[in-house]
Amino acid sequence: MSLADLTITEAARGLRERRFSSRELVDAVLERAAQTEAELHAYLTLDHEGARRAADQADEELASGTDRGPLHGIPIALKDNLCTSGVETTCASQILAGYHPPYDATAVRRLREAGAVPVGKTNLDEFAMGSSTENSAYGPTRNPWDPDRVPGGSSGGSAAAVAAGSALGALGSDTGGSIRQPASLCGLVGVKPTYGLVSRYGLVAFASSLDQIGPLARTVEDAIAILEAIAGHDPADATSWAGEVPDFRAELGRGVEGLRIGTVTELSGDGYEPAVSEAVASMVAELEARGARVEEVSLPTFDVALSAYYLIAPAEASANLARFDGVRYGLRVPGATTEEMMARTRAEGFGPEVIRRILLGTYALSAGYYDAFYGQAHRVRTLIARDFARAYERVDVLVSPTSPTVAFPIGERTEDPLAMYLSDICTIPSNLAGHPAISIPIGLDDAGLPIGFQVMAPALAEPLLFRVAAEVERIAGFDARPTGVAP
Amino acid sequence: MSWEPVIGIEVHVELRTDSKMFCGCAVSFGEEPNVNICPVCLGLPGSLPVPNRRAIEWITEIGLALNCRISPVSVFHRKNYFYADLPKNYQISQYDVPVAHDGWLEITVDGATRRIGIERAHMEEDTGKSIHLGGGGRIHSAEATLLDFNRAGVPLVEVVSRPDLRSAAEARAYAQELRAIVAELGVSDARLEEGSIRFDANVSVRRSGSEDFGTKVEIKNMNSFRSLERAIDFEIARQVDVLEAGGVLVQETRHWDEEAGVTRGMRTKEGSSDYRYFTEPDLVPMVIDERWQDEIRARMPELPAARRARYRGLGVDPQTAGALVGAPEAFRRLFDEAVEAGADARAVANWITGELVAWARREAVDPSTVAVTGAGLAELVAMVAAGELSASAAKDVLDGMARGEGSARQVAESRDLLQITDRGAIESAVDEVLAEQVEAVQRYRSGETKVVGFLVGQVMRATGGKADPRAVNELIRAKLDEA
Repeated sequence: MSLADLTITEAARGLRERRFSSRELVDAVLERAAQTEAELHAYLTLDHEGARRAADQADEELASGTDRGPLHGIPIALKDNLCTSGVETTCASQILAGYHPPYDATAVRRLREAGAVPVGKTNLDEFAMGSSTENSAYGPTRNPWDPDRVPGGSSGGSAAAVAAGSALGALGSDTGGSIRQPASLCGLVGVKPTYGLVSRYGLVAFASSLDQIGPLARTVEDAIAILEAIAGHDPADATSWAGEVPDFRAELGRGVEGLRIGTVTELSGDGYEPAVSEAVASMVAELEARGARVEEVSLPTFDVALSAYYLIAPAEASANLARFDGVRYGLRVPGATTEEMMARTRAEGFGPEVIRRILLGTYALSAGYYDAFYGQAHRVRTLIARDFARAYERVDVLVSPTSPTVAFPIGERTEDPLAMYLSDICTIPSNLAGHPAISIPIGLDDAGLPIGFQVMAPALAEPLLFRVAAEVERIAGFDARPTGVAP
Repeated sequence: MSWEPVIGIEVHVELRTDSKMFCGCAVSFGEEPNVNICPVCLGLPGSLPVPNRRAIEWITEIGLALNCRISPVSVFHRKNYFYADLPKNYQISQYDVPVAHDGWLEITVDGATRRIGIERAHMEEDTGKSIHLGGGGRIHSAEATLLDFNRAGVPLVEVVSRPDLRSAAEARAYAQELRAIVAELGVSDARLEEGSIRFDANVSVRRSGSEDFGTKVEIKNMNSFRSLERAIDFEIARQVDVLEAGGVLVQETRHWDEEAGVTRGMRTKEGSSDYRYFTEPDLVPMVIDERWQDEIRARMPELPAARRARYRGLGVDPQTAGALVGAPEAFRRLFDEAVEAGADARAVANWITGELVAWARREAVDPSTVAVTGAGLAELVAMVAAGELSASAAKDVLDGMARGEGSARQVAESRDLLQITDRGAIESAVDEVLAEQVEAVQRYRSGETKVVGFLVGQVMRATGGKADPRAVNELIRAKLDEA
């Protein structure tokens, strides 16, 4: 087995036992990338030099007794919508081709401070808009479990990298499921933390009120280690949680006995692949067998969550993406006037899905339509939060499939935006409420494709979320590795 | 049938906080382009705004000074429009819940005092500056445009009046009063010529007696109070001309051309702007609770209107009170100290607004360094009242005091300016003169009483000008009449 296949926890132990160095670990990961990238295209930028330099520094520090914790010397991949000082950050868009930010995102800086070794920038749907990583201006990423299928999205590059072993863990961003859905489709653990728990400073905004940075990893414990490094108040983000960060490990190992677990009526039925529904039902039965009290809960507004999301997110995006105008950075397509330059730059620089959402969002905010669309979507958002609150009076956590389907074939949904949008039907409600949620791999379907199980919890209830997730992980005993790609 | 102008004023006030509204960059004027910039005020991808607490305190001060209600929770919105010097292509501003709303400001024009409604005062960020090269500096014919983002993100307070103003003179008075308030609060440089305070006017006209509003025209680019007044007067006349000729006005923005003395429509097609306002998701609502409001209110200085009322209450006449309100702060403090020391307020106000302001200007001295104290001024006023100093001698004494030569009495003595108040001394001088000037005494007795002036002059000469001429006059008359 290659060092690239270790979990973060295993690698951290090996580093401290001097069985291998961070440099060897990083070299193993870069070697895996060299073997798989031509097919997978998980990365937009691989920073060989920077990664090796950081690994050498980590080795020196560890040798001299400076221990920065569980991520020290661990190779981590970064979604390419996270700003990295001096390293190209494109958001998988032509409009930011060649853009080198002058600063690190807070989450990236904190990873570095925790000793992590950033190996590169991963592919995504352009500006994180999509569920398959096919909307990248630089070509799609493929799923390591089956290269004819998508890895999910928009953090598909991060998911594919961790699944393939070209990183031990990764950061993604989750606006409507962009961490959890690719984690599910690639057999990984993916966490969307409580809104505000991780600073958004330096995350190129898609929909500011929904975006949240989080980890993709091979185990719950690995995900916790990453989240511990990046969570916490940041004075540079006015929406960041100023209170105490919960102890993510506080409830680990307590099992589920006595916990009240709710299954969601609205997140089942037609449109859910039988293999997915069966795997989820079987996991629920296992939890019940271990002492959880299971009941079905109805959250009626979940039926309109997708519609509300596709008004709120594009509306915010239409303003967030207005700054890409060719004036100060990124692509500039000349024009006779400033207005023409801006219009041409944006027309050429943005891909079709981004343009679709900017138009949708602009329309939803326009005079005469605002109340019917954006205003109405906000009222729905309030009602969804109320539905959650009501459900949490009866149960401690809610569970569902992460995605209605396993990884779908490349090209299957690109011509049908609505079908694509339905990929996020299970994940969107947590973003609208600002609540944490996690996807844990629980098995494979008959074709050998991973199935993800979602656990949702109230705001700042990450300790409970991880307690349940760890138990799900233990029950599932999922240790399959991708089969679709050499080696 | 006559026409009534309806005018509203929008004022933009740049706050002179140390740092910008949403980042740590310095706020400064007149520096090299693009030195005070960072990822936030340049709108770089991934950057986020963090509000400036001081700016929020200061807009609250402005709101309170304008008798506004302060929103306990107020919200930032994004105002969306594309412009090259607007880094994010949206401006963080406020929409339906401004920091301050529903206030008023009193103005006095031609002796009539009117209360002008304030609709709102809201917080926003300033844009960068475009510098157009070639084509006479106009955007449409420019060969290139340079951008300076030093100003981008500077805290800006917009104060919107209700359409309560009825003449250009009123508009000017309103603008001046508002500027005085902002300057008094010390929250802005409030310099028109530097653009740290900017006035736009909304002007329409309607038939006298009508309650309807006419077509509104916004005029911009007035950089003095005089040009504000001229522009509005011109615009009123223009609109009346158009309407009386049977024409139709278009709602538009017009620029004031200072040299030509006319407003001109802008060539750009405006349409109706749709700024697609929505709540700024990068910021949380601002909470300005009662306690914080009280803290802010407690440290606010006395405002011009209150000060004027206080001076009037002390017996100062309206004109002098107005002059004193506008006097340098050091002199206003001197007034308060002198009154505190027991001086007559009216006399002190006259000495300060008349002689002392002129002295500081003539000598080009910073008022705060003038050596006069409140107690000293009180002493001076008392000596004049007691006849120890003549008016002209008192000016000399003040000059000496201002130069640090000592107290009023010390200066009067050292410069030998004290009047003779010893009645006996004056009487003997009078007696001497009357004995000498036999002919003049004869003329007086024969009814030519105006000759008294001559006799007073003789006594003054004899006493070296130090006798009180009034006392001398009285004494001479008394002596001649009794004899």
